[in-house]
Amino acid sequence: MKILVGYKRVVDFNVRIQVKPDGSGVVTDGVKLSANPFDDIALEEALRLREKGITTEVVVATIGPADCQAHLRNGLAMGANRAIHVVTSDAIQPLTAARTLLKLIEKEQPQIVILGKQAIDDDCNQTGQMLAALWNRPQATFASRVEVTGNAARVTREVDAGLETIEVDLPAVITTDLRLNEPRFIKLPDIMKAKSKPLETIEFASLGIASGDHLKATSYAPPPKRSRGVMVKDAAELVAALKTKGLL
Amino acid sequence: MTKILIIAEHLNGKLNSSTARCVTCAREIKPDAIDVLVLSDAPDAVAAEAAKINGVSKVLTVTNAANSHALAAVYAPQIAAVARNGYTHVLAPSTTFGKDVAPCVAALLGVAQVSDIMKASDAHTFQRPIYAGNAIVTVQAPADQVLVGTVRTASYPAAGNGTNAAPIEVTNVGVELPTHTRFVELAQAKSDRPDLQSARRVVSGGRGVGSKENFAIIFQLADKLGAAVGASRAAVDAGYVPSDLQVGQTGKIIAPELYMAIGISGAIQHLTGIKDAGTIVAINKDGEAPIFEIADIGLVGDLFKLIPELEQAL
Ligand SMILES: Cc1cc2nc3c(=O)[nH]c(=O)nc-3n(C[C@H](O)[C@H](O)[C@H](O)COP(=O)(O)OP(=O)(O)OC[C@H]3O[C@@H](n4cnc5c(N)ncnc54)[C@H](O)[C@@H]3O)c2cc1C
Repeated sequence: MKILVGYKRVVDFNVRIQVKPDGSGVVTDGVKLSANPFDDIALEEALRLREKGITTEVVVATIGPADCQAHLRNGLAMGANRAIHVVTSDAIQPLTAARTLLKLIEKEQPQIVILGKQAIDDDCNQTGQMLAALWNRPQATFASRVEVTGNAARVTREVDAGLETIEVDLPAVITTDLRLNEPRFIKLPDIMKAKSKPLETIEFASLGIASGDHLKATSYAPPPKRSRGVMVKDAAELVAALKTKGLL
Repeated sequence: MTKILIIAEHLNGKLNSSTARCVTCAREIKPDAIDVLVLSDAPDAVAAEAAKINGVSKVLTVTNAANSHALAAVYAPQIAAVARNGYTHVLAPSTTFGKDVAPCVAALLGVAQVSDIMKASDAHTFQRPIYAGNAIVTVQAPADQVLVGTVRTASYPAAGNGTNAAPIEVTNVGVELPTHTRFVELAQAKSDRPDLQSARRVVSGGRGVGSKENFAIIFQLADKLGAAVGASRAAVDAGYVPSDLQVGQTGKIIAPELYMAIGISGAIQHLTGIKDAGTIVAINKDGEAPIFEIADIGLVGDLFKLIPELEQAL
């Protein structure tokens, strides 16, 4: 069995993003880039399934500009067997990403595709679901527990009402939530090993995908600011302040 | 003609208030019609509730045993089939229900999705948060395509109800439904407390609370205030409380009148979940904690000393 993992590079979660003064975008020059945290969790889960003997091969894939290679090497250093880089300098939208991943599925025939539930740059939370719909296969989104038995997976999902468990036939798409696992750290020797692992590049244009980038971003703005309020010195003052505001 | 289809969210025969929030968003678009679609094995009670929401033109029901649980793979083809009957917009709440199913509908219709709509400037121009709410982008969707969107429920109050009595119509979708996805169970913590997503008051605890046992003081304070209980990711990760209490970028986005953050440092991922709260109160022993930069009322000190004092003073 083979697992395909979506592995997007995003602005690091610790960066406090700034909107450009002219509202044309956000400042990304010189900003630290890392793997989307949910995708690290996706890769970790795939590696654990390999360690359990459920899969033999883990393939990481990214869609992004030429300099994403170092990012994919990190995925290989973490333990993926192979990497696929779909090269495009355009910032593609989820529908295009899903169509691209579907092409990779046709080529690779994985039994499980694991993606992060959302990328922390555009926060869309769409690609996995779109992929499952286009592929006409099950989806198990927001996973906090995955158990693979034979031709099905039992997945516990973090939903608003609590924890939902569903069973999906394979092949299927799984998207990860934060509590699925804690990704391992990359060790130095693994970085050396990763250099010789196969990394295939595919030009996005060569895939002949109809673009799904239908949305046009017209302007960016910083969010409405909340400002610092008052400090009170004890519980009694806090209660008084809440009463003044009519909240008690 | 602008015709909006809203996907009703419901559980155990009750309509979720997120649906009425979607109606408010839909009204902002000033459409010719707002229809609500209820997929269920027994839709009558939910449909009756939806029909009362002011602004709703019509409620459509699809009854099918396969709809007894909200499985995206089962719901999506039915929603897409109804949407093809002349709807210009399909809206769902940006809750785990809507986030799960809406992108499938968009993909089946071959259109993009606008996630987390916080404002509709017109029928095809929307504002939405990106980068954990650190930037707001205005996006324009093509006018010649169906617009699929999820509504950031914290941005819209629930539409009122009572005066409306929209007609309820049974529809048949005639699409084949997959059997590859099966519901197993929903583990729900039993609680008499208000629901976190719609509560007027929320008391949240963070890592500073220190343990599952200690969290009792957060629950106690919440009960005294008639508040819902929330938590930071750190508190959930540490196992103090279940995951459905997490507030933030990857948890629940809420807008209570009063939010009390206790032993929470104020990471951006947490703050993005409470930006629309009316009044934010922070209690933290570290006077430099970032939560104080946005708190309306701050109190520096040990929560284990302050919370009992606060309960006394209430
Ligand atoms: C992709 C991603 C998504 C995330 N999503 C979310 C999310 O949805 N929600 C979320 O909350 N976080 C989220 N996080 C995590 C976030 O970055 C923070 O790690 C988390 O919010 C910290 O929780 P905390 O404030 O409880 O803990 P800490 O940051 O450890 O803060 C604990 C606070 O308690 C105070 N304290 C300790 N003891 C006491 C005491 N006795 N009395 C008073 N105060 C005390 C300390 O001074 C400190 O300020 C996400 C992170 C990532 C990378």
